[in-house]
Amino acid sequence: MFQLKFDETKCFACETNDCLTKCQYLKIDPDTAKIEIKKIINKKDSFVLHECVTCYACEEYCPTGNHPFYLIVQRQEELNILPLPDPLIKRGIRIGIPFRGEPDIQEIKGPALNLGVFSSLATLTRGKLFEGLTLMSADSRKMFHYFCQLMYLHFGRISVINERLEKIIETIAAHKVKEVVHFHDECYGTYTSYAPAFGFAVPFKSIHLFEYLYNRLKELKSEIKPLNFKVAYQRPCSSRLSSDKYQFVDKIFDLIGAEHVKREYVGENALCCGGTILGQKKKGSRQFSLDLQKKNIDDMQRAGAQICVFNCPACMQTIGKPVAKKGMMPVFMSDLCRLAIGEKTS
Amino acid sequence: MDAVYQALVKIVGEDYASNRPEELFTYSKDLGTSEPKFPDYVAAPKTAEEVQKIILLANKKKVPVVPLGGGMSLAGLALPLQGGIALDLKRMDQIIELNEKARYVVVEAGISNGKLTAYLHKHYPHLMHSEPGAPPAATIGGNIAIHGQGDMAHPYGFNSDMVNGMEVVLPTGEICKFGSCSIGSGWYTLHPLPDIGLFLGWNGSTGIITKISLRLFPCKKIREMDLFVVEDEGLIPDLLYELTHVGMAEDLIAFTSAIPPFMDGVHHISMNITGDTEEEMEFKRHLLLDGKLARYIQDGTGGIGAVSQDIQRPQISKSADWKKGGGFEYVGSIMPVTAYPECYRRGAEISTRHNIPYTVLGRVIGSAHAMMFSWSYAFNRADPETVRHAREALHETDSLVLELGGTIWKPAVFGQKLMMDRMDSNTLQMMKKVKNLLDPNGIMNPGNWEVNE
Repeated sequence: MFQLKFDETKCFACETNDCLTKCQYLKIDPDTAKIEIKKIINKKDSFVLHECVTCYACEEYCPTGNHPFYLIVQRQEELNILPLPDPLIKRGIRIGIPFRGEPDIQEIKGPALNLGVFSSLATLTRGKLFEGLTLMSADSRKMFHYFCQLMYLHFGRISVINERLEKIIETIAAHKVKEVVHFHDECYGTYTSYAPAFGFAVPFKSIHLFEYLYNRLKELKSEIKPLNFKVAYQRPCSSRLSSDKYQFVDKIFDLIGAEHVKREYVGENALCCGGTILGQKKKGSRQFSLDLQKKNIDDMQRAGAQICVFNCPACMQTIGKPVAKKGMMPVFMSDLCRLAIGEKTS
Repeated sequence: MDAVYQALVKIVGEDYASNRPEELFTYSKDLGTSEPKFPDYVAAPKTAEEVQKIILLANKKKVPVVPLGGGMSLAGLALPLQGGIALDLKRMDQIIELNEKARYVVVEAGISNGKLTAYLHKHYPHLMHSEPGAPPAATIGGNIAIHGQGDMAHPYGFNSDMVNGMEVVLPTGEICKFGSCSIGSGWYTLHPLPDIGLFLGWNGSTGIITKISLRLFPCKKIREMDLFVVEDEGLIPDLLYELTHVGMAEDLIAFTSAIPPFMDGVHHISMNITGDTEEEMEFKRHLLLDGKLARYIQDGTGGIGAVSQDIQRPQISKSADWKKGGGFEYVGSIMPVTAYPECYRRGAEISTRHNIPYTVLGRVIGSAHAMMFSWSYAFNRADPETVRHAREALHETDSLVLELGGTIWKPAVFGQKLMMDRMDSNTLQMMKKVKNLLDPNGIMNPGNWEVNE
């Protein structure tokens, strides 16, 4: 059985309670935070379990790396306090079930590129930036064999992740890969944050897409023509599991001559795209999600962004269109980088 | 030389008449599970006068005539069951008149839905017609004749409810007009003249529709689809009742299927919403999602299934062949909305018996006055056993429709017989009288709606 490695003494000794006091969606003072954390640790009901928007950010806020978000989700499941209506959970859990045959396992020599469940993004992985990487699978019929399952953190279903993740790791490892570049933050976070937190062995090294892109762009530096665009970055929830890699956002922008606009909701203060919140059970969630999107997009626009950069397909699907309606072009990070080296985007 | 063929060549020209086996073969097939039925001739007239001449010829020679449009009914409605002349109307594809302010268009019956859609999109982007879920090659005349329904227009009823007038070539060759056009006025209404609704739903066995005046509707700039999901099929009738009360959605379709797995046993309601501005869209969404659906969300029995998406058309015909065998056919029915739960449960049982993943769908008509409920059965064209299973499942479903209090939509001969067996005897006799009066030689699509006793 995979168990969360959680050290409650760290929380009891914590002076900041940043996990809750920094939360942008629940306004919690330090005293209340201390009480609620204790309740959560002790498997008692807490309003936090009901009102959490599942944005992952507390994983980043925690100064001790103690995985407060994983604990919250675990408690939501244990106490049956689920953030989404039952049919969405049932449907969501089944989304991850492979149904069109077994994966085509072939040995991959050298580093591999893992698209996870987003085989439709294969068109983004063309050109010089991705030379030397072998795409692990871009077959839309087989993509669920590579689905990292972390999405179920939004569903209050740690158990589903823990039931399925070992098999997914086995499938990737069957390619005999040593190094895997994960296209999506969610996959990277699964293998570098979630897996160790729950005791899953991961027999390959994971590389974050942005770190890979940055290093590859450095190799192609002579081909870079500064873009001179003002850009905003829509930080996805799962990037909170790899906050040490966030530095590569600015490093990439600097390298390709894109100006990362100064805005209120950036970095640690980044706002959720609202995609998950839209469907939550809590009264007024849809309107809350829309207001959040407006606040986020207005902030980008106020800061003068011409382009909104995405890495997460779900964020793109949720606010790509509203961003475009406000006159900012929604672009995936990989495409922005391809643009900088003179390639056509997808 | 064949005298009928020669006569057809004389009427429509050599390029548009044929008795060659390779062309007859094309017209012998239906996209569904029906066995092939070969015509003896194919003719493609360009005008109502040519249709008239062909009909007079057919009466003289006692040769059956089977009119067809796109040939996409899937139910074999345009197959020449007793041979004869397959009358392909697709050359009659002109847009004759469009009255913008009165929102109607007069077209020849063989025009495809795709052509009319493209024309409106280019010249009158603020107007739309009710497009069926079929591929764009389906014709206006064919869809009207089978009482089809369209996307984005459920509040207005069946597509056949949107007819303002028709021109029909009778089985004895007379060209008749119906509606305001019959008294020399514009083609703006079918009413309030005496009711002569004798040509819709008869599978072309009472006459050949050659022109149609069709109502058009406001076409909004933004068209998006929202999705609501429930697990309990018993909630669907109530949900549709609530949603139609608000009246903000142009389409409401409840559906589920065995494949992909996330759909299995989970019922989706797609809500097509249109507006000219974001404010209009949000106003409508607010009434639907924050109003009527809020209690289901909060009690956890229903949820918003996805971020709003652009509408892809046609919606229905894309979803049925999950088995990827290349073929599917469905039984459509017109059902009370309250029958949704039983339609789903019993349909899934039939599918399971025949080893076909179930795909069911109920599209609301009017203000939930009824729904078109369909059961789709996929098959592999290269595997006769799967075709047999699909055919048997279709027949079982025809019987199920009647058992559940529904009416079979665009029934093939099997379904027609089932309904006529149950039909009020006076109604049946009237159908027989009408048919005999209009078509004394029995040349029009024989085998369809034939009252035998």
